Amino acid sequence: MKNIQGEVWVFAEQEEGKLSDVPFELLGKARELASKLGVKVGAVLMGSGVEALAKPLFEAGADVVHMIDDPALKVYRNKAYRHAMVELVKEVNPQIVIFGATHMGRDIAPSVASALRCGLTADCTDLQIGDYEDKKTKETFTNVLHQIRPAFGGNIIATIVNARNWPQMATVREGVMKPLAREEGRKGELVKHSAHLDGVEIPVEVVEIVRKVSSVNLKGSRIIVCGGAGVGSKENFRLLHDLAGVLGGAVGGSRAAVDLGYCEHERQIGQTGVTVRPALMISCGVSGAVQHLAGMQDSAKIIAINTDKDAPIFKVAHYGIVGDLNVVIPKLIKAIRAKGE
Amino acid sequence: MNGYTCVVCVKQVPDTKKVTGQAMKADGTINRAALPAIFNPEDKNALEAALSVKERYGGRVVAIAMGLPAATAVLREALACGADEAVLVTDRKAAGSDTLATSYILSQAVKKFNPDLVFCGRQAIDGDTAQTGPQIGEKLDCAVVTYLEKLDLDGNVAIATRDIGTGVETCRAKLPALFTVTEKFGELRPYEMRRVMKYKNAAPTILDCAAIGCEDDRCGFAGSPTSVNKIESVVLAGGEFKEVAATDEGIGGLVAELIKDHTIG
Ligand SMILES: Cc1cc2nc3c(=O)[nH]c(=O)nc-3n(C[C@H](O)[C@H](O)[C@H](O)COP(=O)(O)OP(=O)(O)OC[C@H]3O[C@@H](n4cnc5c(N)ncnc54)[C@H](O)[C@@H]3O)c2cc1C
Ligand SMILES: Cc1cc2nc3c(=O)[nH]c(=O)nc-3n(C[C@H](O)[C@H](O)[C@H](O)COP(=O)(O)OP(=O)(O)OC[C@H]3O[C@@H](n4cnc5c(N)ncnc54)[C@H](O)[C@@H]3O)c2cc1C
Repeated sequence: MKNIQGEVWVFAEQEEGKLSDVPFELLGKARELASKLGVKVGAVLMGSGVEALAKPLFEAGADVVHMIDDPALKVYRNKAYRHAMVELVKEVNPQIVIFGATHMGRDIAPSVASALRCGLTADCTDLQIGDYEDKKTKETFTNVLHQIRPAFGGNIIATIVNARNWPQMATVREGVMKPLAREEGRKGELVKHSAHLDGVEIPVEVVEIVRKVSSVNLKGSRIIVCGGAGVGSKENFRLLHDLAGVLGGAVGGSRAAVDLGYCEHERQIGQTGVTVRPALMISCGVSGAVQHLAGMQDSAKIIAINTDKDAPIFKVAHYGIVGDLNVVIPKLIKAIRAKGE
Repeated sequence: MNGYTCVVCVKQVPDTKKVTGQAMKADGTINRAALPAIFNPEDKNALEAALSVKERYGGRVVAIAMGLPAATAVLREALACGADEAVLVTDRKAAGSDTLATSYILSQAVKKFNPDLVFCGRQAIDGDTAQTGPQIGEKLDCAVVTYLEKLDLDGNVAIATRDIGTGVETCRAKLPALFTVTEKFGELRPYEMRRVMKYKNAAPTILDCAAIGCEDDRCGFAGSPTSVNKIESVVLAGGEFKEVAATDEGIGGLVAELIKDHTIG
């Protein structure tokens, strides 16, 4: 199965004919991996009536779009998508397949890996090409995928390889890879494949989907003000909204802030929330647990406000203000207003 | 139909929420012995799902754990909460299993009970992959429903509500089916005191890989395509750090600096 000429694939997740953000992020990484290996980047596009989505994938870095367009793939269903994807992998034989670690990605990827009996690394935050020596057998492998992921509740970072049973498969956490700038008019090759679903029984029927409407756009914000348990109350979160307001930023929260009901779940930043990397992160009353840092430590500039001078958040901060946020935030607002005039 | 046979996969895990300096060894690996072993949190939700099926529609609940003999503790907890039978799959051959091998071994154990419904937690808090459930489902070649929040049964069809990230989906799945259950399903019911006493020293049925018909080369290290090449503890990546005084002057200076380098303004 090992195909060193094989393409690097990205699963181009779409719902209701709209691509999600994650394939664009993954294509950025896939280009980097593929150029190291000297192979092409492929995007796997599955759905019904989705041909128009090939163009944005080419413009985002795909050389080839492998499309499976079939009415049975209109809404995502494990068995149908799994089956079509497994047949496609067998037919084309890519060397790497990456999925977003979204709900859909974490449903299809393990199912496909199980059927193909190959390895799958979960929830990666980085992927690199490198060599690997099996310490037991002393065998060496060149140009394998190093899959870097947090585990153990975010307390450790493991590098995992899958040197033998290819394709090498991984899911990648949302928001951590950077999409490439869109290259308008960039063209590629569209290859149509069959879903191979004739005679395959799909045991699940989707009855209804109720979409969430989200008013919060943390990922798209240049400036984020993030509050933790130290904010003290839901009412006091107002202060953060005021600061975000004068800066034109958005408001996020730690898990403790969400659990205490200070802010909505969709604002949660961290391992089990969203990953953000704004130009400026102002962290207020957040201690800096590893699971929180996992979602924000790549911010370009971090200002931390905390009463405890030993809080771990200061270890990732560029500017630290040891003090009470109730005093510091109003001063910040005042200073920003004054400079703006 | 005369009630439903439910199997729940329960894992004993180190309590990774309690990781402190002491639990990390000098080489950056985890000192598991320093952490309490607990019932994987979302497996409690999975057990609740199975017990609620039994309560509402009749049937029985079998709890299966794979691991060292110490994992008997979580099986006793499952019995105390209402499970009818407990099975421990334990074998040296299973050591070093990644999710592909783990799901293979567990699927072989599950098949022995020919269940109508199989429940897993969404994710274990140590390996953190959320892969084992869907992979067991693929091997059983049954309907797979992940992120379960609510479940009703109508004959041989499950009406399930699941979180799909961008919203909530309701689907009808033909049994047999495998579900991965999230905390939104609801908390595990409390133990029954009478059962706690009864099962305090209960011994689960012990099965090894041969007893469930596993091929050796699909178990443990041999059956695991992934290998851990390196493990590091999380180091906080500090850049240059400037302490700013919490005074009007200090904060005014900071704002001026941010405006100057175009971060704000
Ligand atoms: C598997 C797992 C996943 C997790 N995922 C996430 C996640 O995605 N996101 C996340 O955030 N957490 C996550 N957590 C939880 C995480 O471990 C921490 O519990 C959480 O981040 C703590 O939030 P906090 O910093 O707001 O609260 P605390 O740790 O309670 O910190 C509050 C801070 O506020 C400071 N403070 C108090 N009063 C003031 C004041 N007046 N002015 C200034 N400072 C003040 C205190 O000194 C303290 O440092 C996860 C945990 C686990 C085990
Ligand atoms: C640092 C580290 C990183 C790892 N990364 C990967 C990786 O990327 N890919 C990979 O394939 N393996 C990985 N593994 C191995 C993986 O942890 C084991 O295969 C483990 O047996 C199952 O995976 P999990 O803990 O992620 O469970 P999950 O897949 O998260 O568990 C989901 C559910 O499956 C059931 N379940 C899982 N294990 C058992 C059990 N032993 N007994 C009963 N029920 C169970 C439970 O219901 C559980 O809630 C890693 C291990 C470590 C220590």
